[in-house]
Amino acid sequence: MKYQVDYNGFYGKFGGAYVPEMLYPNVEELRQNYLKIMAEPDFQEELQALLKDYVGRPTPLYFAKRLSEKYNTNIYLKREDLNHTGAHKINNTIGQILLAKRLGKTRIIAETGAGQHGVATATVCALMNLECIVYMGEVDIERQAPNVARMKMLGATVVPATSGSRTLKDATNEAIRDWINNPEDTYYIIGSVVGPHPYPDMVARFQAVISEEMKAQLLEKTGSENPDFVVACVGGGSNAAGAFYHYLDTAEVKLVAVEAAGLGIDSGESAATSVLGKEGIIHGSRTLLMQTEDGQVTEPYSISAGLDYPGVGPLHAHLHQSGRAIFESITDEEALQAVLELTRLEGIIPALETAHALAAIGRLGAQPEEVVVINLSGRGDKDLATYLDRFDFNDK
Amino acid sequence: MTNRIKQLFAQKPKGLLSVYFTAGFPNLEDTVPIILELEKNGVDLIEIGMPFSDPLADGPTIQQSSEAAIRNGMTIPKLFEQLKDIRQHTQIPLVLMGYLNPVMQYGAERFLQKASELGIDGLILPDLPLSDYVREYKALFEQYGLSNIFLITPQTPEQRIREIDTHTNGFIYMVSSASVTGSTTGQSVVNTAYFERVNGLGLRNPGVIGFGIHNNETFTQACNHASGAIIGSAFIKALSKEGSLKENISTFIQSIRQKETA
Repeated sequence: MKYQVDYNGFYGKFGGAYVPEMLYPNVEELRQNYLKIMAEPDFQEELQALLKDYVGRPTPLYFAKRLSEKYNTNIYLKREDLNHTGAHKINNTIGQILLAKRLGKTRIIAETGAGQHGVATATVCALMNLECIVYMGEVDIERQAPNVARMKMLGATVVPATSGSRTLKDATNEAIRDWINNPEDTYYIIGSVVGPHPYPDMVARFQAVISEEMKAQLLEKTGSENPDFVVACVGGGSNAAGAFYHYLDTAEVKLVAVEAAGLGIDSGESAATSVLGKEGIIHGSRTLLMQTEDGQVTEPYSISAGLDYPGVGPLHAHLHQSGRAIFESITDEEALQAVLELTRLEGIIPALETAHALAAIGRLGAQPEEVVVINLSGRGDKDLATYLDRFDFNDK
Repeated sequence: MTNRIKQLFAQKPKGLLSVYFTAGFPNLEDTVPIILELEKNGVDLIEIGMPFSDPLADGPTIQQSSEAAIRNGMTIPKLFEQLKDIRQHTQIPLVLMGYLNPVMQYGAERFLQKASELGIDGLILPDLPLSDYVREYKALFEQYGLSNIFLITPQTPEQRIREIDTHTNGFIYMVSSASVTGSTTGQSVVNTAYFERVNGLGLRNPGVIGFGIHNNETFTQACNHASGAIIGSAFIKALSKEGSLKENISTFIQSIRQKETA
């Protein structure tokens, strides 16, 4: 259990709850209750029923034959893109909304980058008939228009974050400020394994269903629960946390976290936190983050709104520093090529975030007899405008 | 070494006016002139804000002053450079207020040592949790003779208020209502039940009320329930007006101290 959170909310030296006193009662209420509520039989019953019949779990583990031939290894895709709302994000929002209801909260807030978490939150709020406010950076509102439309259609209020870089970091700041202003009736559904303890652990537990299913599915298909590699993209790191979770203490399974290099690590336009970040505090958590020498958080860049975050969850900071996970970074251009490759080889259009994980396949050095699982975290419908803009289909 | 904060509360237990401003705003070199003008206008305690890119507990006014200050070139080394002779000019209690990350990057011990050398009296770091303070920092604060000032809110349970009271010296910052800084709409700052509940606890430290204090009326109300009050966003707005620093500061402080004639 050496990679799990400790009693004080730390992963090694990362994690904790660095929040202003105004947030202390909210965070403390959650800390005292989340494990207890999650263990209750009626909570589990409701959660499992919704995951099965509403979300569509278990998601398939698909052997990608043509992709495997190309890389001369055995590649399986964990099809989180087939979840309701098109990504892994709903695994977490379903769990947290049930928790919020049991805590008696009536107003739900969330932050979103690519809009997938916002849509997943708006969806469960519609399902549970709860008020929903989603904070989204102004820049992201422009580049992820279909998801903004979906949130509004679902009845959510989308509030633009106009401060700072006007992306995910700033949307998170605004959501936290909203929570400070509304401490009693409001529940904040964080979308990734970031924020103050207990959020990173709670979100990881809700996403852990991914690796739980993976184990059973691999056993059936390959005769072993353990693959050689599990590969996932990392912004804050929720889909990676879920895909890694049940393998954290299985040393022979190599965990590969793929970050967004943007225009290149040294270009000044990047979001590769493990390379460019230093230890510090962001959004209530001690972790690696991109910052100036003076401790001002810097503005990250990635073509993918979901990876455009200057920090990384404290679990991942710990996996990086301890050497348990291998960190790779992929540029915008490499990710776009991977989108086209998967689309043409397997007939699956992935999200831009997910494409970063796919683009790392060639770097694994996977052998012909080895097994690679890629967490296919989301589908590409939301990115079609970018794809149409970047690919010239008239030539092909 | 005399503790200027303790001395202040001993000499003047009621009606204290504490003012917050963001170092480096409106202009990079305004820090010392603002401190001296505030003192001249009868302010009792000054909180010097160290700007941070992601001020979670602050509303739009301080977000904007912080952004402007960072753009102007304000950094912790720069601020320390500006304050290097400050104790030759004034003995007013000075408190540095900011977020933990820039302090961590400067180096916590190096920061405390430097602040102490410059004659700073205390620190307010809203995102430094009590448990971390006690575990990692308290001994250093004591070594360098600096007060660490904690916030409490209407939602803070009694047991935690008592714990904070044990570990702090100087004063307790009573956040008036659940909000980020600079909120002047919504409920009045007179959360009488909360203030009286805190006053009834018999704490070691005096209380000062902040957040939402923006005019004579709210200042007077707050002073009825505590040793004094803290003004931040409203002062930053006053600094942004047309006119000289000197005029803006004196007009604003007068308007807080004296009831406007209708």
